[in-house]
Amino acid sequence: MSLPALRPAAALAGAGFRRWSTYRQAAVAGVFVNIVFGVIKLSILLGVAESAGGTVAGYDAASLSTYTWVAQGMIAFVVIFSWTELAERVTTGDIAVDLARPVDLQLAWLATDLGRAGWALLSRAILPLAFGAVVYGLYVPDDPTAIVLVPLSLLAAVVVSFACRFAVNLVAFWLVEVRGIVMFYVLVSGLLGGHLIPVQMFPEWLRTLAYATPFPAMIQTPIDLVTGQATGLRALGLVLAQLVWAVVLLGAGRLVLAGATRKLVVQGG
Amino acid sequence: MADATVATAYRSIVLSRVAAQASYRTSFAIEVVSQAFIVLVEFAEVYVVFHQVDKLGGFSYAEVTLMYGIAVSAFGIADLVVGHLDQLPFYVRRGTFDAFLLRPLSPLGQLVTSDFSLRRVGRVVTGFTVLAVALVAVDIDWTAGRLLLVVVTPLAGAAIFSAVFVATSAIGFWVVEGTEFANAFTYGGNYLSAFPFTVFGTVVRRFFTFLVPVAFVAYLPSLALLGRPDPLGLPGWLSWSAVPVAVVAWIASVAVWRTGLRHYVGAGS
Repeated sequence: MSLPALRPAAALAGAGFRRWSTYRQAAVAGVFVNIVFGVIKLSILLGVAESAGGTVAGYDAASLSTYTWVAQGMIAFVVIFSWTELAERVTTGDIAVDLARPVDLQLAWLATDLGRAGWALLSRAILPLAFGAVVYGLYVPDDPTAIVLVPLSLLAAVVVSFACRFAVNLVAFWLVEVRGIVMFYVLVSGLLGGHLIPVQMFPEWLRTLAYATPFPAMIQTPIDLVTGQATGLRALGLVLAQLVWAVVLLGAGRLVLAGATRKLVVQGG
Repeated sequence: MADATVATAYRSIVLSRVAAQASYRTSFAIEVVSQAFIVLVEFAEVYVVFHQVDKLGGFSYAEVTLMYGIAVSAFGIADLVVGHLDQLPFYVRRGTFDAFLLRPLSPLGQLVTSDFSLRRVGRVVTGFTVLAVALVAVDIDWTAGRLLLVVVTPLAGAAIFSAVFVATSAIGFWVVEGTEFANAFTYGGNYLSAFPFTVFGTVVRRFFTFLVPVAFVAYLPSLALLGRPDPLGLPGWLSWSAVPVAVVAWIASVAVWRTGLRHYVGAGS
């Protein structure tokens, strides 16, 4: 894509960042909740490690702490919970305005979402990690390949997450109330993505099922890089898989959008 | 106003809410199923944990399932009846809370009946199913007292969670992001109450036993059902005390709510 074509995308990303940065109290409240849940989750996982004799599925106390606090810090960043903004625009009909704009709909929403994610990283990820470091101590990764790949992996995680949410929200073209579908999506993606409990701890059938979905690519993969679960070539392979998922899912989203807009009738006024 | 008239008023409000929710049938059905599914997905955490170890905090799979079943049933009932109280900040922000103050019914009663969410029935049904399975799986030395306890426990637990919902929703009178803060105690309390308290640190344990008393929802009654002393040394009679604790929690939470209500001055116009 040529550089001028990316200019509106950059502007939209900036707008997404600024828009969310207005809500500071929301960020404080969000961090507080993420930390409370992190304490509960980590207590349970440490209980498991203790019963298992110190190490469970390759995690020790320090790497479980890193798992938990990175996972909690990523909640807002990759939007692990409900996101229905696009669906609401479809339901209210505002989507017609978006479609009339001289920018690609998916690219515009992706750019806005990347801006939002940037703000989320600053406002929602640092404090849970700092809390974890001070109260529990963290495992610090030492594999150079894995460390270098972290930024790319985080970016890919957001894109994969966006592509999924984009497609799920477009269901609003066919269903008036998407709350149920979105709730279903949040549950399945959170569990299979490794947000509740690390994918490595799953029994084999559930792990196989999880890796057949894009969900580990939006949560577990970046965590694997910083907990020492994935190093060297394996880390590289996992990040490549994330990129493949990102491309495939963005493509699938475009197909759904094409089907949806064929169905759309805009009433004039 | 006569009590009968008040009851009729609340009855019509609740019925109108139910009718409204059931009108989008496909979505309503998906939401009921999703709510039931939430329980199974959350239970996956217990399932995965016991795939790795035989005991968690000194308790077996069946014993933790018992705690989980009680906690989910209790929370399910509370969530069905008062779960939307955390939406108070939205009413305050839009100024629609003022309408509650003008009508000859209690503001709390109106808020409770304003968004009675029937879809949450899915969670209650699954919760009781898990509880039934757990009761078959665990080894209980049945006495009249324990039989009464097992019937009363989910209801007392529901009362305790409801009190937490009422008290924490009052945060919304002071803080715009009250919903998030309230969720740390309501949903956080739900999450934590399903696990043996032996895995939690002292601060967390004391906080969720004496201040936000969710230890009395499932963990302590389970000890009484199983005939086990508290490994952490709480006296045995506390395990039978869920009902008086629920009463005290309700008195306290109504007092907190009233304080919040007195503080409320409206959004202005």
